[in-house]
Amino acid sequence: MVSAPTIRPAARRQPRPAAVRIRKTRSWSLTAITTLMLIYTLLPLAWLVISASKTQDGLLSTFGLWFGGDFALIDNIGEVFTYQDGIYLRWLGNTVFYVLIGAGGATLLSALAGYGLAKFAFRGRKAVFAVILGAVAVPPTALAVPTFLLFAKMGITDTVWAVIIPSLMIPFSLYLMWVFSTDAVPDEILESARVDGAGEFRIFFSLAVPLLSPGLVTALLFNVVVTWNNLFLPLIMLKDRHLYPITLGIYTWNQQSQTVGGDVVFNLVITGSLLAIIPLIAAFLLLQRYWQSGLAVGSVKQ
Amino acid sequence: MRITRRRALLGAAMSITLLAAGCGSSGDSTGNAPASTTVTDADIEAALQAGGNLTVWAWEPTLKKVVADFQVKYPKVKVNLVNAGSGNDQYTALQNAVKAGTGVPDVAQIEYYALPQFSLSKAVTDLNTFGAKSLDGTFTPGPWSSVHAGDKIFGLPMDSGPMALFYNKEVFDKYGIAVPATWEQYAAAAEKLHKANPKAWITSDSGDAGFTTSMIWQAGGRPYQVDGTNVTINFDDAGTKKWTGLWQGLIDKKLLAPIPGWSDAWYKGLGDGTIASLVIGAWMPPNLESGVKAAAGKWRVAPMPQWTAGEKVTAENGGSSLAVTEASQSKNLAYGFMKYATVGDGAQSRTDEGAFPATTAQLTADAFKNKQFPYLGGQKANEVLSAAATEVASGWSYLPFQVYANSVYNDSVGKAYTGGSTLQDGLKAWQDSSTKYGQEQGFTIK
Repeated sequence: MVSAPTIRPAARRQPRPAAVRIRKTRSWSLTAITTLMLIYTLLPLAWLVISASKTQDGLLSTFGLWFGGDFALIDNIGEVFTYQDGIYLRWLGNTVFYVLIGAGGATLLSALAGYGLAKFAFRGRKAVFAVILGAVAVPPTALAVPTFLLFAKMGITDTVWAVIIPSLMIPFSLYLMWVFSTDAVPDEILESARVDGAGEFRIFFSLAVPLLSPGLVTALLFNVVVTWNNLFLPLIMLKDRHLYPITLGIYTWNQQSQTVGGDVVFNLVITGSLLAIIPLIAAFLLLQRYWQSGLAVGSVKQ
Repeated sequence: MRITRRRALLGAAMSITLLAAGCGSSGDSTGNAPASTTVTDADIEAALQAGGNLTVWAWEPTLKKVVADFQVKYPKVKVNLVNAGSGNDQYTALQNAVKAGTGVPDVAQIEYYALPQFSLSKAVTDLNTFGAKSLDGTFTPGPWSSVHAGDKIFGLPMDSGPMALFYNKEVFDKYGIAVPATWEQYAAAAEKLHKANPKAWITSDSGDAGFTTSMIWQAGGRPYQVDGTNVTINFDDAGTKKWTGLWQGLIDKKLLAPIPGWSDAWYKGLGDGTIASLVIGAWMPPNLESGVKAAAGKWRVAPMPQWTAGEKVTAENGGSSLAVTEASQSKNLAYGFMKYATVGDGAQSRTDEGAFPATTAQLTADAFKNKQFPYLGGQKANEVLSAAATEVASGWSYLPFQVYANSVYNDSVGKAYTGGSTLQDGLKAWQDSSTKYGQEQGFTIK
């Protein structure tokens, strides 16, 4: 799917060199390598777009990387939204809901925690770092079954909470915000704000958040992608089809091809997947303009 | 009902704890005696009339109509039919729910190969309590013995999968290949076809546990012997070697298409003549109709090839039962529903929708046998398939941890398909990994 964006280097403490001379020589080998990477990245997407325009029959009988004789994209889209009483739209809505609450919440929590860890010295901070770094290394899949057993005891499996609560905790996002806060929020600003008598929360929301915004957007995008693509957790937690996120929904459509008497709908699986990544791509394009780093540059003399 | 080719997402989640299951030593005769009938048909009918809620986990599509009809007949019963995933996905969910002690359905669809795993861990209940013994003779022997563990009955057969040979007549005719009646002829046909057209193969196989065990079953191999918690695993018997001898020859000569079953490439191959035949369960026609529209009218059904000319021996491949969970609070209601779905009106409605029945009444009905399949060129395919249902070899057992074993099949036997080892060596490795796992789970394995 879509990978998380890389972060631009945050504002540095050192003043910038007066002028950086850009070398004008072209590197053919580098161009070739990046071109190959580009093709490698775009090819699956091209395949998806091309395949979404084919009927079930066309998918199985025509060459995969070029359009077949049948242009069925419109029919496919129509069928995706009407198949099984139009449950696709419901799944899409569920995913949007999980992403808004889950990824939004995860971003807020990780910003608060990351900022706190970066800017406050307190006892046990090192231990917290260690736990977070450890948590980054644990794949969420490994925690799914224990989480299920825990939630079963609480009686919240097969509810929206079973998906939302775990997705509020994304260690990597916390780590990102912590690293970013260390660099982007100068201590001098905090000190002068405290001297002026601002409370800690006010300082965070009025001063730190604007400075952190490039990092926040990066973390948000990362969290959105993770939550949007989440499959294993809902698979374990949810039994009610009406609560499925889009990933799990499409997965069950795909499973039908391996079920006796099941309806084989590869064309809907592919078209449904294509439609499911459009909002992600849109989110990237919309949020791109917020990735401007260096807000804090020049705000303090160093 | 699916022959799964994917690994269980989380093998660890599928573990069985014998201690928790309360299995004592094998000398514990009380634990092995079937429950006596304590619930009469009248009790069950009363429960159905009184009504209540039932949760059924099943992925079988024809049950939708069964549930609707059932609720018309018993308006006070509210059936919640949940598709909790197919095959392994559902088994994982069921194990998790049993372990958590909450969210367990009343009735679950469980494939025959997986049933021992759930019966031994006491996740499902012995149906002798409800007088299931009286259904003797209602089902064909294959599925009926599949739901038994000794004298205990852990499920009611929902459908069955006696094996047959599905072949693409157009391709066979084009290359002058006669329908093979024996495996020897089959191997010759494989060679002839691939020589005539290097882009066509007699069949595809890239390693499929369910297929392998069914083929060994037909060849007379009985690698698994199960007596309570005493299990013997031995892939060194004559029947197994018969099959590996044949199949190894096909692999060595590259006469099998290297396409995984149930993949899109597989559907494509079935449609364009790349895969010219399938030896698979009798439930296949609806899948051909839905997934291989391109080859409509080209496929036919013939009896499964034999090891000895003139014999009539088949094996079961796939098929599911419905079982009542131990955790269910409405067992009488659950059994009532299951009986309706498997031997009552549901049996006919499911057969009408294309399921391959496990009940003798449906299998021997003239209307069923005479049904013409337009997809199969108007062939009365059920004549062949219902005959196959009566020819299933007896004495086969699956492991009480077959779900796990199948999930690691490709790690060992899969290598044989890429030339890294032989089938026989691969099966030995599979035997070792199954043995190791079984011992860890507390089984005595010889």
